[in-house]
Amino acid sequence: MDSGARSDAVWSEQGTTPDAIEAALRRLLVDVHAENGNYVPARVLNMIAFVDREWSGEIANRLRGVGRYHASRLVVLSYEPHRERLDARVMIASDGEPQPGELALLHETVVVELGERHLDDLLTIADPLVVTDLPTLLWSPHGHHEVVSELLALSQAVLLDSVDEPSSQEGLDRAWELSDQAYVVDLAWLRTTPWRERVAASFDPLGRRQELRTISGVTVRHHPESTAAAMLLAGWLTSRLDWTPQPLSADGDALVGKALANGQDVALRLEAAPELQVRGLEDVTLQTASGRSLLLGRGPGGLHARSRDEQGREREWTIPGASRGETGVLGEGIRQALLRDPTYVPALTAARAMLSSAGGANPVATRS
Amino acid sequence: VAVSAGRPTGEPEPENPLVAGLERLPVAPTTLVIFGATGDLARRKLLPALYNLAHEGALPERFHLVGVSRKEKEDEDYRGECEQAIRRFSRRTPDEDVLNSLLDNVRYVPGTFDEDSVYSELGSVLDEFEEEAGEPLNRAFYLSTAPSFFPVIVGQLGRSQLAQHERGEVRLIIEKPFGTTLEEARELNRAVLGIFDENQVFRIDHYLGKETVQNMMAFRFANGMFEPLWNRNYIDSVQITAAEDLGIGTRADYYDSAGALRDLIQNHMLQLLCHVAMEPPVSFTAEAVRNEKVKVLQAIPEPTAAEIPDMALRAQYAAGHAGGDDVPGYLEEEGVPEGSTTETYAALRLEVDNWRWAGVPFYLRTGKRLARKITEIAVTLKPVPHLAFSQDGSLGVQPNQLVLTLQPNEGVSLSLGAKIPGTRMLIRPVNMEFQYGTAFLSQSPEAYERLITDAMRGDATLFTRNDEVEAQWRICDPIVKAWSPTDAQTPAPPVAGYAAGSQGPKEAEELLRDGDRWRAI
Repeated sequence: MDSGARSDAVWSEQGTTPDAIEAALRRLLVDVHAENGNYVPARVLNMIAFVDREWSGEIANRLRGVGRYHASRLVVLSYEPHRERLDARVMIASDGEPQPGELALLHETVVVELGERHLDDLLTIADPLVVTDLPTLLWSPHGHHEVVSELLALSQAVLLDSVDEPSSQEGLDRAWELSDQAYVVDLAWLRTTPWRERVAASFDPLGRRQELRTISGVTVRHHPESTAAAMLLAGWLTSRLDWTPQPLSADGDALVGKALANGQDVALRLEAAPELQVRGLEDVTLQTASGRSLLLGRGPGGLHARSRDEQGREREWTIPGASRGETGVLGEGIRQALLRDPTYVPALTAARAMLSSAGGANPVATRS
Repeated sequence: VAVSAGRPTGEPEPENPLVAGLERLPVAPTTLVIFGATGDLARRKLLPALYNLAHEGALPERFHLVGVSRKEKEDEDYRGECEQAIRRFSRRTPDEDVLNSLLDNVRYVPGTFDEDSVYSELGSVLDEFEEEAGEPLNRAFYLSTAPSFFPVIVGQLGRSQLAQHERGEVRLIIEKPFGTTLEEARELNRAVLGIFDENQVFRIDHYLGKETVQNMMAFRFANGMFEPLWNRNYIDSVQITAAEDLGIGTRADYYDSAGALRDLIQNHMLQLLCHVAMEPPVSFTAEAVRNEKVKVLQAIPEPTAAEIPDMALRAQYAAGHAGGDDVPGYLEEEGVPEGSTTETYAALRLEVDNWRWAGVPFYLRTGKRLARKITEIAVTLKPVPHLAFSQDGSLGVQPNQLVLTLQPNEGVSLSLGAKIPGTRMLIRPVNMEFQYGTAFLSQSPEAYERLITDAMRGDATLFTRNDEVEAQWRICDPIVKAWSPTDAQTPAPPVAGYAAGSQGPKEAEELLRDGDRWRAI
């Protein structure tokens, strides 16, 4: 597995050890730098990906698409339960030859093939392979919660997709559990970023800020597997606008209910949009007590907006913006490991409170 | 009471709790009007920047673009020109749907900038957009024209009542050069501020939009290790270089009337000096930052005619070699008037007379057709007071030098004395280097993307204030005058020469204090 960049140096060994892998990394870096001093190793972020070997090709494809957001050192722990021997490959790659007077960044990828017998000592395998003093992002796209618990000791941030779990309740619970131990970068949350930005912008002009207090209804339509993303968007509005979340109930393919705002209820409806082919949201509609409404929906070339004023006059326009696609969302997830979004955990807290009866009993704690 | 967007200024704005945690802050619905819409700057920089903002979803919720230019053409023709410019100059390949979404909101108003009818038609177009949106839209007028049109356009915007908008903000964005002398700058300020309030005016110095320049404030004020040393007690000299390996290309018309001093030193390089020398601002608001920069400029004494030959040097490149080829001298370049004395190289030695910097020389130099392209700030520290080490058999202990490179490879390098491996205690300088490119995943946005967004948001931090411009001219104006012919009988003083592709004129050494030397370009 590599990042898709041009490979400049490769090393591999069967029946190897972490010390040998680390020594090979150092040697390859020295060799590449000696060949041309303008090759310099990127030193931004370690990323540890624990993947099932049978799906490692798919993960490699996803990581190829992240382009410049490739972690400076990617350590892939490729898991095959019955494997007895530790094998490893090291690749050092740059995006191209350095141009005169310019630098070419090197990215390092280490793939370690391991089996169940290595899991007890996993920390001692991964630890020597990450660059000291760089933040480390942990990603385990195929589950393996026990491995994540073990590797959290090395990591400051965890990448997950709360829509990957069997139910939205489990997805949000998993994110909640991890957010107590590390900074959580949730791809489901990142899929809501353009929507959050646009909703915030729609109410930002001074004349419209007062209307935030009069929102009376929110409808979010989402990919059938992306209920968690819709929940997070509703949770974000709830937490930012000081609404009190109430449990939602199932209504066919939708979750419906309300949040208590100061002086009025806000009707909430989260509804599956089977026509949506990609994970995330299809559209968001906000209504105010005065009869105004704003719909933001996916469209070619950006978000399609439709507004209706108190007199019932409708207006439609497009807000330009390119879709990031799933690889763009993953790249953004890697980049976000270096930032801190203070609004995620409050949104997650509110989202869990709304699901507490819809998906099973779940105590709601507060954490900010 | 000044009224802005229909609200008395000073009244607290209600907060928008939804913006917390967002990396990209909202921009209010805006119509951007570009005067000089078919010019080089619009095609190469402004339109690609607008496309990239559109691509990233960073334009306002409602955004319209109106191009104003002399040439008669239809909206559709102008959209075609915008499309071509974006395809050719955008830093990313355009997404067809996004491009079409952007172009759908483009209009064109033809006419000369002094015609009343242009402004009445423009007013109609702006009203039409607001009617369509059902709400007021902010207006941003971007003057991307020859400077001679600035007062004309500003005056017409005032007369046609387009400079004020009862229910929205109106902003004026002005490209450099902001005057070519102190008097011109003052006149232009008077003309602009007769119509607009200073808080409506955004004077572009695109250097300030570069990540590298913004990083200088982070470097100084976010790292405790440098600030204690950042004064006359520890710093021996500061050297700021903006060197280009290219000649003037096809810009003879502009360049020959400007020269290196006006083109780079009066604006960009003095801004860099301000970033090096300013006191820590109390906050990073526009006013706090600009107040500190103005104080630095005010602390630089205005050069007298007698001082100028000792503290300023100009030169012109002669034929030489660049990139392995023979290249012509400045006077042989296409479009340069015969016998021109315009400088393609300028170097200054300035003093910042305040408590922090008294006695520390600030050397500034810029030039075309030098050995290579580099922009850097080199801060040389004072030597250590006592040397116990032998100086024999090695380069010995050199003063530490901190170099902030702005381009091509943004980074910081610190030279340190280190022991040469071996049995003797011999010292030589080694470099500890940090390259920004190795430490961040994100790509820096183009300066114009940042600046257009900030202007539409009303954030003036990265723009030059009127007193800042005048303070910059106060320093450069006497030099401009000293280098100009006073009358037909008194020609301009001679211009030094340097070979294309070289380190610059040897006469530049004479500006340096004893013991100082220019860094190799």
